[in-house]
Amino acid sequence: MNAYRMHLMLCAGTGCVSNGAYQVKEALERELAKHDLQDEIAVVMTGCNGFCAQGPVMTVQPDGIFYQLLSEEDIAHLVEEHFLKGRPVERLMYTPPEKEAPVPIMSDISFFQKQRLVALRNRGLIDPEKIDEYIARGGYKAMAKALTSMTSDDIIKEVKDSGLRGRGGAGFLTGRKWELTAKQPGNGKFIICNADEGDPGAFMDRSIVESDPHSVLEGMVIGAKAIGASKGFIYIRQEYPLALERLNHALGQAREYGLLGDDVFGTGFAFDITIHRGAGAFVCGEETSLIGSLEGRPPEPRIRPPFPAESGVQGKPTCINNVETWATVAEIIDRGAEWFSSIGTETSKGTKVFALVGKVKNTGLVEVPMGITLREMVFDIGGGMEHDKAFKAVQTGGPSGGCIPASLLDLPIDYERLMEVGSIMGSGGMIVMDEETCMVDVARYFLEFLRDESCGKCTACREGVDAMYQIVVNICEGKGKVEDIPLLEELGRAVQAGSMCALGGTAPNPVLSTLQYFKDEYLAHIEEGRCPAGVCKALITYTIDPDTCKACMLCNKNCPQDAIVGEKKQPQVIEQDKCIKCGVCRDVCKFDAVLVQ
Amino acid sequence: MAKLRPEDLAKIAENMKRAMSLREGAGRARVTVHMGTCGIAAGARKIMSAAMRCMEEHDAHDVIVTTSGCAGLCSREPMMTVELAGQAPVKYVDVTEEKVKEIFAGHVVGGEIVTDYALAMGSERTL
Repeated sequence: MNAYRMHLMLCAGTGCVSNGAYQVKEALERELAKHDLQDEIAVVMTGCNGFCAQGPVMTVQPDGIFYQLLSEEDIAHLVEEHFLKGRPVERLMYTPPEKEAPVPIMSDISFFQKQRLVALRNRGLIDPEKIDEYIARGGYKAMAKALTSMTSDDIIKEVKDSGLRGRGGAGFLTGRKWELTAKQPGNGKFIICNADEGDPGAFMDRSIVESDPHSVLEGMVIGAKAIGASKGFIYIRQEYPLALERLNHALGQAREYGLLGDDVFGTGFAFDITIHRGAGAFVCGEETSLIGSLEGRPPEPRIRPPFPAESGVQGKPTCINNVETWATVAEIIDRGAEWFSSIGTETSKGTKVFALVGKVKNTGLVEVPMGITLREMVFDIGGGMEHDKAFKAVQTGGPSGGCIPASLLDLPIDYERLMEVGSIMGSGGMIVMDEETCMVDVARYFLEFLRDESCGKCTACREGVDAMYQIVVNICEGKGKVEDIPLLEELGRAVQAGSMCALGGTAPNPVLSTLQYFKDEYLAHIEEGRCPAGVCKALITYTIDPDTCKACMLCNKNCPQDAIVGEKKQPQVIEQDKCIKCGVCRDVCKFDAVLVQ
Repeated sequence: MAKLRPEDLAKIAENMKRAMSLREGAGRARVTVHMGTCGIAAGARKIMSAAMRCMEEHDAHDVIVTTSGCAGLCSREPMMTVELAGQAPVKYVDVTEEKVKEIFAGHVVGGEIVTDYALAMGSERTL
């Protein structure tokens, strides 16, 4: 690699790419060439930086200056001012929500400040398509250590002592799972990387594979040595084209370097990995369904035991962990169990990656130590609520997680504490909701998703989730009855008890947790025919307050139904029989004159 | 491509060191070429190229070469500032490509200030 004086680390994660990162890249290359800087300054395309809300983003090294919301038009100015003349361009830097002056250095930005990167240790620092850059950051060192100086028992002990728990949702102790698989007699064991990330709004695993695919491969080789497997699978969604491409590329490089194959590192250890593309069924995240799909059967769960550790792919002992777990393994082997277990809480060690989305100012991908509070997540990392609306709830754990109210904001995040309040860690989705979110509508949304994704094998899940969905839809439409609430609770318990896998086992969570913390909202819908958040269309009416209306007629011009009438310079009026309650009038009104009741 | 042995990892890492230390922002020394309009007019681009060449010749992986704006003393451009970690920055004036070589060898690598070309030590007072 040539000596450059400056590296422009431009994010090429899916979020930034869809906001035009490649157009920015072309513009950068064009402008650098114009000033004859192409041999002094390198443009490096990295994996997801995490601060997706501000994309396309770029970090300039060695100074660590962070630019955001870049567009093609900014580049000519940026190249001349900063990269030629050395004057950083303030206009393109990030300004924190409460501040007036921009914060130029990346590590000073609150979104990044509280994060601690283990699984995401190389994000933004390496080009994911260059294995040498991964190696330069200490990559494959842990694997060399595991293959040359550790026994299977040593590796398992290290992972067990670290306290690492499965990052895919259930939180089973990883070292224990490996031990169970290793103990089984016989050859031909398998390991699987579960990259079938199905939660709406979650993209932890995709981002890890996109930004650092070798970290997953390295973890898998270490795991293979520990349990004595010679074959591995990565089960990844077909909907992740970029992740798939980077993974294939990484596998090719690892084979060329002899890091996969018949004689890994010249140690005689044989292991290789095959990619299996999933068709995107949520239930395939469940391990026995995943194995079914891998073998070409319909993805349906089966009774456990026997666990996959005893009988998995082709009836052979099989160890399944998810992407984030595999990506963490090498760091544990490299730095030791003691280091890892010094981070986190009593029962949940290390760090966890979350997809922080919803009504916060800074959305994106974050990795934080276990035990951080929800308040820190929402108000420090997330930068507070969008438009300074009131916080209502945070939903964790994906579609089958629960909604946690404001009174529990100081809850430290770990597996047990989330469970105690009726939610789950899940794979790390985190959706923040404000006062304008209707909790009954939220329960309806998640039930609709789960009803579609239930594989239909267990009656309790197939029929029960559907029945719950119909009841909640009725409540949203103002047709609810008071008896519906105990019925929902009873159905919820029945679905939990009567389902074979975690999909059904957790499917009632969105209803049960909203009933637990937001029962008043259900009652307002049922008893008063009112949606307090102003969301459920059957229960709300839009009106224009004649005293506040400035007769600008913006609503009148924007109404798709021509339902707003009124003379010029007169307060406007909504004709209720034409109104479809789309809310456009309220969005465009600059004077908050449109009321929802 | 040859198959790797465990000991090859360190070699690859060594080859990549310059690029990686740049990204981590941790350098033993920082060389700043002042690239205001005045600096560029006086030949700062050539000074930058010379500094980049020196960096490669000395295999100085832990040296950061960067640009900054006009240092204020336009009549003495091109100017270059050398800052060793933990030491006050030193400003050099009327720099030529030849002088860059001497400054690089003497100060950046050798640790001794090249007093013949140096203007001053330390930073300007701000606020």
